[in-house]
Amino acid sequence: MVDAEQTAEQREFVLPSVPESRETVERAVMEALERRGCGEDVLFAVRLALEEAVVNAIRHGNKSDPNKRICVSYLVEDARIVISVEDEGSGFDLDSVPDPTAEENLEADHGRGILLMRVYMDEVVYNERGNRVTLTKMGIM
Amino acid sequence: MTEGVERLKFHEQGDVMVVEFKDSKILDDTVIQEIGDELFGLVDKQFRPKMVLDFTNVDYLSSAALGKLITLHKRVREKKGHLRFCAIKPKIYDVFRITKLDKIFEIHEDRDKALGSF
Repeated sequence: MVDAEQTAEQREFVLPSVPESRETVERAVMEALERRGCGEDVLFAVRLALEEAVVNAIRHGNKSDPNKRICVSYLVEDARIVISVEDEGSGFDLDSVPDPTAEENLEADHGRGILLMRVYMDEVVYNERGNRVTLTKMGIM
Repeated sequence: MTEGVERLKFHEQGDVMVVEFKDSKILDDTVIQEIGDELFGLVDKQFRPKMVLDFTNVDYLSSAALGKLITLHKRVREKKGHLRFCAIKPKIYDVFRITKLDKIFEIHEDRDKALGSF
């Protein structure tokens, strides 16, 4: 009998840049984590970071163009989850993103997504172009 | 008397409007937009708004939702009103703290404390 906790699980989605895509991905990832018995703290953290990454890809990367796609993949193995979110956009300069916690930015109505990803995941890595982010959370079990 | 619109329940307690969210997950752009529209509509109804936003039912919210709350905060301030938040669950409160929005919003432990703060 295969021990489900030892078996790696991997899936990839290619989806249109519409709000429903966020739910599709989120449901799949949450179910994968729940199957492994991950606790509420992990579920909360991953859901939030994934939400921010997918919304950024759809809204900023693909300009909410339903004809543009996002590619989301996840790998759950051992005690970690690795999620990759890629859009078809031209990318962005990570260094140009202002600090949302700076006094002058506190009342901005946007710009907190990357901060939240960095706090709730252990690793947040962008590719050089800036159109793909890889999120890793360790110790999920 | 409790009234409702699509996303919120609200009632007046004295001169304070107490508002609760119907959604437990405030993540979807459409939901956030609708919540924002309803909240702004409630603010517009009051000359000098006093509002308590009760987060009892909220389990998740995204940074886009935080942005909408900031806009609400500004609208209330423009009308020289007062806004309080209450009953925010610890995990959600962490999000406010991480983004330093606990410095912007006046947050109370429960509704009674929020109402008593005006």
